[in-house]
Amino acid sequence: MENFTPLTGLIGGTLIGLSAAFFLLMTGRVSGISGIMESALEPKSSGYGWQWVYLLGLPLGAALVGMFMPQFVPKIEVNTTWMVMGLAGFIAGYGARLGNGCTSGHGICGLPRLAPRSIVSTGIFMTVAALTVFVTRHLI
Amino acid sequence: MMWLISLIAGTVFGAGLTISGMVNPQKILNFLDVAAIPSGGWDPTLAVVMGSAVTVMALTYLYLGRLTSPVIGTKFFLPTRRDIDTPLVAGAVIFGLGWGLAGVCPGPAIAALALTKVHLMDFAIFIGALVFGILLRMGTRSSIPATISSAGSKA
Repeated sequence: MENFTPLTGLIGGTLIGLSAAFFLLMTGRVSGISGIMESALEPKSSGYGWQWVYLLGLPLGAALVGMFMPQFVPKIEVNTTWMVMGLAGFIAGYGARLGNGCTSGHGICGLPRLAPRSIVSTGIFMTVAALTVFVTRHLI
Repeated sequence: MMWLISLIAGTVFGAGLTISGMVNPQKILNFLDVAAIPSGGWDPTLAVVMGSAVTVMALTYLYLGRLTSPVIGTKFFLPTRRDIDTPLVAGAVIFGLGWGLAGVCPGPAIAALALTKVHLMDFAIFIGALVFGILLRMGTRSSIPATISSAGSKA
């Protein structure tokens, strides 16, 4: 397990949890990234505009880590073609909205309140993703 | 105020995704590659990240029971549906396929834009296609369920 980084995993995961907790306590909303993207693309939703600010914060936070704590920036390795990236993005986007959530909404915000839909969703997408990796890494 | 809170939340989320290593697609794939467990090549970091974020949120939900409203706004927009329907299951299968293909999910893809020049185009293509997939779903949604009234709050 030479790639295992439990300490930075714990720090980063706690920050993600604190962000979601802060957002929930302040605004009453869950931090589902694909859901926020959907409402960013839907100008008629009430209180429009904050979604774009939230999404802008994601690379801003990443950039700030790079600026002030560069030792905490992991190497970014993409070992696939741009076509696979495009296909994966399209599939993930459609699936996330069909199933009302992705890793953040169902995983981080749904699991801890024991929402049955989130438990089912997370169990399924984790399993399917692992099966997909098994096929792409070991079978083809 | 909503904008400032959103900016802080998004920024801390992006920092967490970066520090945890979740912005690296190979790290996600190394977690999903459970066949590597026997050889010792498996990377359980994602479970630690998920576990710590979920723990913080679980404690938050316990505290939430004492509150009647968030700091700004009048109510909590928590999803109320409990039914397991076909779109939920099919959506999770489709999302899992996309996530497993590249090791990239929506949050890390957007955060990673600030971290790489070499792979900037890869993430930009992923996000462009992601938006296309989201728009396609929005366009094909025939009936709008009641929960959609609180658009950004969906899980």
